[in-house]
Amino acid sequence: MNSRGVSAHLKDSVPVAGLCPQGAYGVQDSLRGGFSSVKNELLPSHPLELSEKNFHLNQDKMNLSTLRNIQGLHAPLKLQMEYRAARQIQRLPFLQSSHLALDTLRGSDDVIGFEDILSDPAQSEMMGEPHLMVEYKLGLL
Amino acid sequence: MALSNVLETPASGFNFDNAARNSALEGLFGGGQTPKPLKTGTTIAGVVFKDGVVLGADTRATSSEVVADKQCAKIHYIAPNIYCCGAGTAADTEKTTELLSSNLAIFSLNSGRNPRVVMGVNILQDMLYRYHGQIGANLILGGVDCTGNHLYSVGPYGSVNKVPYLTMGSGDLAALGILEDGFRPDLELEKAKELVRVAIHAGIMSDLGSGNNIDICVITKEGVDYIRPYRESEYRDNRKMKYKYRPGTTPVLTEKVVPLKLEVVQETVQQMDTA
Repeated sequence: MNSRGVSAHLKDSVPVAGLCPQGAYGVQDSLRGGFSSVKNELLPSHPLELSEKNFHLNQDKMNLSTLRNIQGLHAPLKLQMEYRAARQIQRLPFLQSSHLALDTLRGSDDVIGFEDILSDPAQSEMMGEPHLMVEYKLGLL
Repeated sequence: MALSNVLETPASGFNFDNAARNSALEGLFGGGQTPKPLKTGTTIAGVVFKDGVVLGADTRATSSEVVADKQCAKIHYIAPNIYCCGAGTAADTEKTTELLSSNLAIFSLNSGRNPRVVMGVNILQDMLYRYHGQIGANLILGGVDCTGNHLYSVGPYGSVNKVPYLTMGSGDLAALGILEDGFRPDLELEKAKELVRVAIHAGIMSDLGSGNNIDICVITKEGVDYIRPYRESEYRDNRKMKYKYRPGTTPVLTEKVVPLKLEVVQETVQQMDTA
């Protein structure tokens, strides 16, 4: 593997900050989220938690960097542009969207995995407050 | 009831919310007393013979030291020409093989072709490697497709092995000894079935986690012969599945009949439209 490939791989790796507390400036929001312990927030409690959370992200980065090395810069650029456009076709956050365009682009519309069977958002037992969810998505919260 | 601390819909797929709680509970129990999942401490074996593949399995499913299921079906359907034996955690093998079967069915509907065994193996390998062995499924896939007769084993971490004869499960060493001794290339059907039966029998005799009946599945180009059970255990209990008592079993002590008085309040007749 040439050095350019290695450095592209390092740059594309996803940071571990996935478990940081969600609140302004990274501080735990006790009013909404309740109390927390530092151990729970910093380290994952299950070995798979981090890798599962970032699985699709990592896969996409790996595939796009391979594509860039094989076919040049334009191919992954164009694909990412299409992904971003398809990701914006969604309902408001408290309703479920079918993600049909995104699935078709990824090729996951004819594959069944655990994401389709377990924890189906259509059958989630917890409902969020619509106004709060929209405000959170727009970053106003 | 809308909750104000749910700011995003929960992600689909595996949910790890209880992992921290479970590890805290394990500490409380003082080690070794948490409920164990249902495992199929098992003997499964597969042999490639002249016209196809023979798969064999025992039928006992255990949960620690208790036999949880005496008639467990360990040979799962994947495709009309592919079957899979599963050892390890029972739920994991069932769900994984069901997912594999669905994916291969979608593929064959999309392309109009019969799926190949190697496709099933690749899908399984990707799926199991992604979860780094947390899905405890040891599988033996066997099938006949346009490229020939194939037998593969897939481990829980995603390792794949392609050999003409295979065993897996807790009784695999005993069964493998029989197969190592008796296997020849291009066996006949009856000899292959007998070889697999003897191998599973050796696993049943030597391992506590295997037992009860022996199931055999023969896959050839013409079709599949799923013989369940191929050989029943001699130690059978005669418990009935349904306990239905015939009328008169319970003696009647007294009988009192009170007729219900009904009076007709309103009567309407609606013609049925039989045109």
